[in-house]
Amino acid sequence: MNHDGRPPEGFAPAGRTSLWAARVRLALRSSRETWRAFAANPIGVVGVAIILIFGLMAVAHPLLMATLWDPTTYDPVTGFGFDEISHPAPPSWRHLLGTDPLGRDILSQLTASTTSAFVLGLVAALVTVGIATMVGALAAYYGGVVDAFFMRLADLIIILPTISLLIVLTALLGLNLFQLALVLGVLGGFGGTAVVIKSQALSIKVKPYIEAAQLAGGGPWHIILVHIVPNLLPLSLLYMMFTVTGAIFSEAVLSFFGILHIRMSWGIMIHTASTGGYLLGGASYWWLIVPAGAAITLLCSSFYLVGRALDEVVNPRLRGR
Amino acid sequence: MHRPDMDPASPAAAVPLVQVQSLRKLFPVGGGMFRRARRFVHAVDDVSFTLQRGESFGLVGESGCGKTTLGKLLVKLQPPTSGQVRVAKISPGAIPAEQALGWWDLARLKGKELKSFRRQVQMVLQDPYESMNPRRTIYDTVAEPLAVQHLGDVCERLDRVSQMLELVRLTPVASYLFRYPHELSGGQRQRVAIARALAMEPSFLVADEPTSMLDVSSRTAIMNLMLEVGQRLGLSYLYITHDLAVARYMCQRVAVMYLGKLVEVAETEELLRNPQHPYTRALLSAVPVPDPAHRRQVEVLRGDPSRPVDPLPRCRFYDRCPLAVDHCRDTPPPPLEAKGTDGHLVACYRV
Repeated sequence: MNHDGRPPEGFAPAGRTSLWAARVRLALRSSRETWRAFAANPIGVVGVAIILIFGLMAVAHPLLMATLWDPTTYDPVTGFGFDEISHPAPPSWRHLLGTDPLGRDILSQLTASTTSAFVLGLVAALVTVGIATMVGALAAYYGGVVDAFFMRLADLIIILPTISLLIVLTALLGLNLFQLALVLGVLGGFGGTAVVIKSQALSIKVKPYIEAAQLAGGGPWHIILVHIVPNLLPLSLLYMMFTVTGAIFSEAVLSFFGILHIRMSWGIMIHTASTGGYLLGGASYWWLIVPAGAAITLLCSSFYLVGRALDEVVNPRLRGR
Repeated sequence: MHRPDMDPASPAAAVPLVQVQSLRKLFPVGGGMFRRARRFVHAVDDVSFTLQRGESFGLVGESGCGKTTLGKLLVKLQPPTSGQVRVAKISPGAIPAEQALGWWDLARLKGKELKSFRRQVQMVLQDPYESMNPRRTIYDTVAEPLAVQHLGDVCERLDRVSQMLELVRLTPVASYLFRYPHELSGGQRQRVAIARALAMEPSFLVADEPTSMLDVSSRTAIMNLMLEVGQRLGLSYLYITHDLAVARYMCQRVAVMYLGKLVEVAETEELLRNPQHPYTRALLSAVPVPDPAHRRQVEVLRGDPSRPVDPLPRCRFYDRCPLAVDHCRDTPPPPLEAKGTDGHLVACYRV
C-alpha cells in the first residue's frame, strides 16, 4: 500500500516499540496536566490527603497487630482489655481511644474497619460505574427500545427505597460485605447514574466524529468502545467518587441496624454503643461514638471533595472559575 | 501514482461511477414514540444525476437546501426514504476506462459489503473542529479506517499514516503524529480530515464544504491540495459548496440545488456563462465583482426560501420566481430536462 515508496522525511523507520513509547509519553503528559489542573483546587487536595490518611490507617492495622498489639487484648472483635477496672473505659495510654462496652479497643476497631470501608466503597463504585457507563452508552447509541427499556428500569430502581430494600435483602439472604457492594453497585449502575451518563452519551453520539467513525467502516462496538466510552470516562470517574460516599453510608446504616454479616465496621461500633444504651448518656461516653462517626463523615466527605474537584477538571463550564 | 491517461474530458473517462435515481429523503417534523409524524421536511426531493469516473462534480446551493443530506445519502451515512443510489465497484488502482466489477446498491449494503464499500467511498465532513475525537491523536484518527478494516499491521499503518500526512503537507510528519486535534489549527485539522478520508485510497470522495469553516488564507491551499491529490489518485469528487467561485475552481460540472431539488445541471463554464434557471441567474448576479465601475443588473428575488416542510406540489421556486405564471403554480414541479446545448439540464417550464 505504497504511494511512491519514499519514506517520510524526519521520520525514523519506526515500529511497534516507538509507537508504544509515544503512547506512554502521551499518557504521562496528559496525566501530569490533569494532576496540575486538579491540584490547583485546594478542595481536591484536602480530599486526597484525607483519603491517604485513611489508607495509612488501613495499612497500619495488620502491622500493629503483628508487632505492638497483643491479639488477646487488642483484637477488634475477640480482644478484652484485662487491665481496665470497668468497661467502657475512657482513653488511656494503653487504649488510646478507650474501650467499648465489651472491653475491646476502639482504636483497633477503628483501624480494622477502614479496610472494609475502602473495599466496600471501591467495589460498589467500580460496579456502578462499569454498569452505568455501558448501559448509558448502549441506550444512547441504539435508542428506541433499548433506550426505553434501560431508562424505565432506571426509573423503577430510582423509586425503590434503597435502605428498606437492603434491609429486606439482608434479612432474606444474609449479605456479607462483598455481596452488599455488588448489590449497591448494581442498584446504582442501573439506576440514577445510568441516566446521567446516558444524557452525556447522547451529546457525544451526535458529534461528527461518530459519523467519521461510521465512514471508516466501524461497527457499533467500535464506536461505543473507542469513541463514546472514552469520552464518558471523566464523567464516570466523577460519579464513581460520589458512589463511594453512598456505599459507605449505606453500610453504616445497615450495620447500625445490626443486620450485616460483617466482622467489624464503623457502623457496628456505633451499633454496639447504641444497643448498650450509651448513646443516651450524652457526651460522657464520647469515645464510643465520635471516632466511628467522624471516620464515616470524613471518609465520605473526602471522596465527595475529590469528586467536586474532579468535576471542575472534567467539566469545562466550571473550569477556571 | 500520476495517471496521464486520466484526462476527465476525454471520452474514455465518461464511465458512470455514481448513479442516483429519484432519490428522496424526508425528515419527520415532531412526532414521537406514540404519535406518528404527519409533517415532513423534504430535504432531498426526487433527485437524479450521474457522476462520471474521474469527474469533479459540484453541488451548489444556499444553506438548508439539502446539499449535506444528499452527500450523506451518497455515502450511506443516512438511509434514503426512497430512490436508488448505485456506485460502481472499482478495484483500487484501476484505470478509468476499465470496466467496473459491478455495482453497489446502497439500499442493500450491510455487513461485510458495507465495510468494503466504505473503502471505496469516503467523505470529508464539514466541520474540522468537531469531526475528530478529542481524545485520540492524529495518528489514531488517520489510522482509524485502516485499523477498523484490518489493513496492515501496526508498523504498516504507521508508515501509511506518515505517507498520508506527507501527502497533505503536514510536515515534518513526526511532529504531527502524536498531537491531539486541539493542538492544531483549523486548516491543519482539515488536512488531517482529508488524510483520513484518503488513507484507504477511495475512488469517490464526497467533500462537504471542506473550506467553509476555514479562513480565506487557508482555503486556496486546501482546494489546491484536493485538486492535486485528486489528480494523483484518480479521485472523483462530489464537491458540496455554497460558493460559486469555489465550484468554478474545483469542478467540471455543477448542479444547482434549491429546496431539495436540482434545478440546473451543466458544465461549470457553460453554467456560469449561460445560466438558464431563474434561481441560478439570481445566484450568479449576486456574486461580487471586484470592479467598482461595474454596474450589474440585479435579478431581484422576493422574500426568503420557503420552509421545505410539506411543500405544495408545484415548482419550489414559484413564490420567488420573476418568471412565474399560473402554469407553474398549478402543475407539479418541472422535471430536469435537457435545454439547449448538450448536457445542459434545467428544471423550469419557462425556459
